Amino acid sequence: MALLEAQDLYAGYGGVDILRGTHLHVESQDIVVIVGPNGAGKSTAMKAIFGLVPIRQGHVYYQGSDITREPPERMVGRGIAYVPQEANVFASLTVLENLELGAYSVPGDMTARLDKVFSIFPRLKERRRQPAGVMSGGERQMVAMGRALMIDPQLLMLDEPTAGLSPRLIDETFERIQDINHLGIGVLMVEQNARQALAIADRGYVLATGENRYHDTGPALLANPEVAAMFLGG
Amino acid sequence: MVEFIQLLINGILLGSILALGAIGATMIFGVLRFAHFAHGDLMAVGAYFALAVVTIFNLPVLVALPVAMVLTAALAVGIDQVVYRRIRRVQPVILLISSFATALILRSLIQMIWGSSNQVYATGIQMPWRLGPFVLKPDHLLIFAAATGLVVLVHVFLTRSRMGKAMRAMSDNMNLALITGIPANRVIMWTWAIGGALAAAAGVFLGMDTRLHPVMGWTLLLPIFAATILGGIGRPYGAILGGLVIGCAMELSTLVIPGSYKPAVAFAIMVVTLIFRPQGIIKGAA
Repeated sequence: MALLEAQDLYAGYGGVDILRGTHLHVESQDIVVIVGPNGAGKSTAMKAIFGLVPIRQGHVYYQGSDITREPPERMVGRGIAYVPQEANVFASLTVLENLELGAYSVPGDMTARLDKVFSIFPRLKERRRQPAGVMSGGERQMVAMGRALMIDPQLLMLDEPTAGLSPRLIDETFERIQDINHLGIGVLMVEQNARQALAIADRGYVLATGENRYHDTGPALLANPEVAAMFLGG
Repeated sequence: MVEFIQLLINGILLGSILALGAIGATMIFGVLRFAHFAHGDLMAVGAYFALAVVTIFNLPVLVALPVAMVLTAALAVGIDQVVYRRIRRVQPVILLISSFATALILRSLIQMIWGSSNQVYATGIQMPWRLGPFVLKPDHLLIFAAATGLVVLVHVFLTRSRMGKAMRAMSDNMNLALITGIPANRVIMWTWAIGGALAAAAGVFLGMDTRLHPVMGWTLLLPIFAATILGGIGRPYGAILGGLVIGCAMELSTLVIPGSYKPAVAFAIMVVTLIFRPQGIIKGAA
C-alpha cells in the first residue's frame, strides 16, 4: 500500500486550475522529488495535498484512506508534516518553543522526540534559547524541519528546503534529509536544485503546466536526455 | 520637582490600567487581525459586574474583582462565538465595524441596567497617605500591586503554558500555526477569555481610582489603542510598556497644558508613532 497517492488532481485558486490531472505516488520510506520549471504547480501540488489549496477534482489517499480536502490539522493528526518554503518558523519564538509547538497536536512527554531532532540537528540544541527569527537561513531551515519532525511523521513534505542556501549548506541539507529518511520517514519534496535532489531520490516527477511529464527513478530521470535538455539545463 | 514626581506616580497608576486594557487589545489584534473597538466598553462591563457583586453581596471590591474577571471573560468568549466567529473570514474592516456596534450595545446595556449616573464602589473618604510631600491613596498601591501581579501571571502564561505559546505562535505566523496543527478556535477562545478578564480588571481599577460611568471605558479606548500601537501591535510586552509611557505622558502633560488635553496627548503620540515608527517600540505587525 502506498504511503501517499494523489490521483488526477485538479486544484488552484479562484477557479483557475494550476494542477491539471497531476499524479503523485510515494511509497513508505521513499524520497520522492518533484522538479519542473517555475509555475509548473510544484508548490501547489504540495499545498493541495496538505489541504491548503482547494481541490476541485481528484483524490488524495494516505495509507489507503481518502484524505482529499481534509484540513491541515487533520493531516498533522495522521502523521503528515509539511514545511512551507517561506515564513516556515515562528520568528519571535525561541528554537525550543518552535519545536514544542511542532508537537502541539501530540501531547505528552516530548523528550524523546526532542532528543531525536537534536541528534539530527545538533546545532539546534546549542541555539535552543535563541529566537528563531535571528538565525541564519540554513539554521532556520533546520528549525522548520525540526518543528515538522516533532509529530514523529511517517511522511515529511518539504517545499524547496534548499532555496536561498549556500552550496555548502545545500549539500548539508540534502544529507540531513537522507538522515531523516533513514529513520523510516517518507519524504516528498519540491526542489529547484533538481540534479542534486534527483541524485538522492528513489523516484522523481517532472511537472510542467500542472501535468506530469515524466516520472521514473531519480537516477533514470537524470540519465534521460530529454529531461536533461528540457528541465535540468542541459 | 515635587509636582513632577506626584504626576509620575499618577501616570504609572493610569499606565498600569491602560496596560491591562492594551495587553488584551493587542493579543486580540495579534490573533484575529482586527482592532477591537468594544474593548473599552468591555472594561466598563467588568467594572459594573464588580459593582453588582459589591452591592448585592456586600463584599469588598477586591473580592468582587475575580468574579468580575470570570464573568467578563465568559461574556467576551460569548460575544465572539455569537458575533465575531460568523464573520471571521470576511474583510477585517467588517469585524472592526461590528465591534463598534458591540461597543454601543454593551454601553446601552450598562445604561439600561445600572443607569447613566456616576457610581462608586465604596462611599466615604479614604484617608490618603502622606509620604513627605507626596500623596498616595491606599487604593493606588492596591491597584498597582494587583496590576503588576496580573502582568506577571500573563507573562507566565505566555511563556510557560502550552496554550500561551500557541497564542504567541498564532500571533506570529497564522499560516504556520495552521500547518503545525495548532487548534485555531481554541486559541481564539482563550485569547478572548484573557483579554476579557484583563479588561475587567482594568475597568475595576479605573472604577476604584475614579468612579463608574457607562462611558468610562469608551473614553479610555483611544489611549489604549495608542499604547497598543506604541508598543508594537500584537506584542503583549510592548503593550505594557506602551501603556506606562502613554499613562505617564498624559499625566505629565498637565505640567504644560490644561488637563482636558490629556486624550489629545495620547492621540498625538499615536500619530507620531504611526508616522515615524509604525512597527512600534517592539517590532509589531503593523
